[in-house]
Amino acid sequence: MLSHLRPAVVSMGLFTVLLGLAYPLAVTGVAQAAFPAQANGSLVRDAGGKVVGSALIGQAFAKPQYFHGRPSAAGNGYDATASSGSNMGPLYDKLIAREQSDAKALRAENPGALIPADAVTSSGSGLDPEISPANARFQAPRVARERHAPLGRITALIDAQVQRPLLGFIGQPRVNVLSLNRALDAQFPKGG
Amino acid sequence: MTWQGWAEIALTLSLAVAIGWPLGVFLSRVWNGEKTFLDPVMRPIEGLFYKACGVDPTKSQSWHAYAMALLAFNLVGFVFVYAVLRLQGVLPLNPQGFAGLSGHLSFNTAISFITNTNWQSYAGESTMSTLSQMLVLTVQNFLSAATGATVAAALARAFVAHRGEGVGNFWADLIRTTLYVLLPLSLVFAIVLVALGLPQTLAASVTAHTLEGADQKISLYAVASQEAIKMLGINGGGIFNANSAHPFENPTPLTNLLTAVSMNTLGWAAFFAFGRMVLAKKDARAMVIAAFVLLFAGAAGVYATETQAPPAQVAAKVDASVNMEGKEVRFGAPATAAWVAMTTGASNGSVNGMHSSLMPLGGGIAMFLMQLGEILPGGIGSGVAIMVVMALLSVFVAGLMVGRTPEYLGKKIEAREIQFSILAVVIIPLSMLGFSGVAAVLPEALKGLMHSGPHGLSEILYAYVSGTANNGSAFAGLTANAPWWDVTLGIAMALGRFLPIVAVLAIAGSLAAKPKLAPSAGTLPTDGGLFVGLLIGVILILGGLQFFPAMALGPIVEHFQALGAVAALR
Repeated sequence: MLSHLRPAVVSMGLFTVLLGLAYPLAVTGVAQAAFPAQANGSLVRDAGGKVVGSALIGQAFAKPQYFHGRPSAAGNGYDATASSGSNMGPLYDKLIAREQSDAKALRAENPGALIPADAVTSSGSGLDPEISPANARFQAPRVARERHAPLGRITALIDAQVQRPLLGFIGQPRVNVLSLNRALDAQFPKGG
Repeated sequence: MTWQGWAEIALTLSLAVAIGWPLGVFLSRVWNGEKTFLDPVMRPIEGLFYKACGVDPTKSQSWHAYAMALLAFNLVGFVFVYAVLRLQGVLPLNPQGFAGLSGHLSFNTAISFITNTNWQSYAGESTMSTLSQMLVLTVQNFLSAATGATVAAALARAFVAHRGEGVGNFWADLIRTTLYVLLPLSLVFAIVLVALGLPQTLAASVTAHTLEGADQKISLYAVASQEAIKMLGINGGGIFNANSAHPFENPTPLTNLLTAVSMNTLGWAAFFAFGRMVLAKKDARAMVIAAFVLLFAGAAGVYATETQAPPAQVAAKVDASVNMEGKEVRFGAPATAAWVAMTTGASNGSVNGMHSSLMPLGGGIAMFLMQLGEILPGGIGSGVAIMVVMALLSVFVAGLMVGRTPEYLGKKIEAREIQFSILAVVIIPLSMLGFSGVAAVLPEALKGLMHSGPHGLSEILYAYVSGTANNGSAFAGLTANAPWWDVTLGIAMALGRFLPIVAVLAIAGSLAAKPKLAPSAGTLPTDGGLFVGLLIGVILILGGLQFFPAMALGPIVEHFQALGAVAALR
């Protein structure tokens, strides 16, 4: 064992410099030079240059004139320093109670329509930036009401924002909530 | 279930095998010390390592010396990781201002990362400084992967040898695998991942002023460089708590496809490399087919369970066609199902959806794939090594049936090989079930559980299965950062890693000394359909039967509870 100690210690030191410093710093250098937008978190800025969020990270929306993201288990909701799923098992009583109460509130705003699954379930990260197109359409009547906009134009806005699966089968169709709400503010600023 | 879903699952799983084949050819060239196109860059660095370490890479070691070198290297790694984590608070590059980790958490995390497990009792973004993520966790992602790979290289040489003495040089295998395979692949992959949206910055966070007027602080890291080796090295430890469900680790369906493929492809590559080194490509292909059949069955099973009606969604009277709790919208059921199988079939352990929130049998399949011993395709090299052990047991069983001394790849398989084979696989159920049994009655352990009843038992069982199998995923309702869990899981990870490695190296030493035989008329062919079936049977009996009673009390009974709940609600 002792005769192996020198190569073990020396190689660990060299590997640490090469893989722990040179490698991540080299990637950081290339990334910051070639892809600064992505490398710094895909930040979204308003007209004045202020950061309003990240295109990849969901943020909390509660006002009725905005489309809402999914329930979030990250911190107190969309805490981007504490990503987390609920980790609740499929028969956990708190999960059932939570989904029932969320569904009740949603049913009141759009009675008669089937509530999409992603509207009452929390995501794996708690920071899911997207909702399903069905979820966006479910919320469209409320948003149209609040913004005094015709429902048809709101749904057209949603359709324009839908991202389709790659090659038709890789991933799921989805709508980025921040992007949708920014488009909403731009076109129907009244309710904002 | 849709055709798009099946197509996505089939593409993801098979792309990993397809890319693994050429990578395997390259890997075998590296293990053999042959010329590669990277020589102009890497030869000088490789030479520098040998010179500084004072080792002669051409000197073949006995299995005993090889194993001692491996253990010494991992011991040094453990001490170094432990020290950095304890001292994190006073070390530089800590823009987050995080304090050092507790003794039990540092112990657990150090073992976790040197054993390629990457079990995480902590949440990355509220615990680890930028320095810790880079200097110890990223480094161990490389080195634990390379350590596993050395075992397959040594075992392959043993099958080639004719009355030989050595199994190769550990330092050469370690250094060459890291420099020629893991580092260049990670470098390219990390930059691709940045282009596709992963952050790569030394800044700790950015604060956004949201549309509704609140402030949102967003944690940042050098994500891409760590993500690349986390997946390629089959490690699985996330930078962030939510792992590959976090949009900064896995923002789009395309990154999901690429990272999913990357967490299996070098595992398959090691199968092909083994076959090429031993001149037994068809036998390696048979092992790949057996593993792939089981892996695909696992993914299909999870896809089926996740498109069953979830009790909570039925109770809430919402769309119940897909279980979306714990899943990301961009991935949905098929991409999550493929990931669940690939991360548990390989010893990766990253997650793109929360396993605790899977339907009962979905979580059960995740556990089952780990219980099979991490051979579908397992870690780089460590997977094929245990698969060869399964093959040895298969020819042994077949030999008993016809009353002949079994052979495998031109080597007689005798008492010593079978004893060490059993030793390699017996620690898995012993640690998984033994620790679970104790934890299930210990108040100190039960304090950490989120659920009671069958799902609570599953939390315990999953933890020790994942730790022992060196997987690292979790039913994360469990609060594992407590002395009992940190220490026992640390021990389980070390047992599940180093006992099988030493046993496999002992088998290698024994096989290397034997003469290489030409196949005779009485040799059982190990490259055909019959052997694939036999191998699958042995894997299932070894994995399945001994865990059945425990699984019956966890996921299986919970499945019937869920069926009952849904029937009562409808």
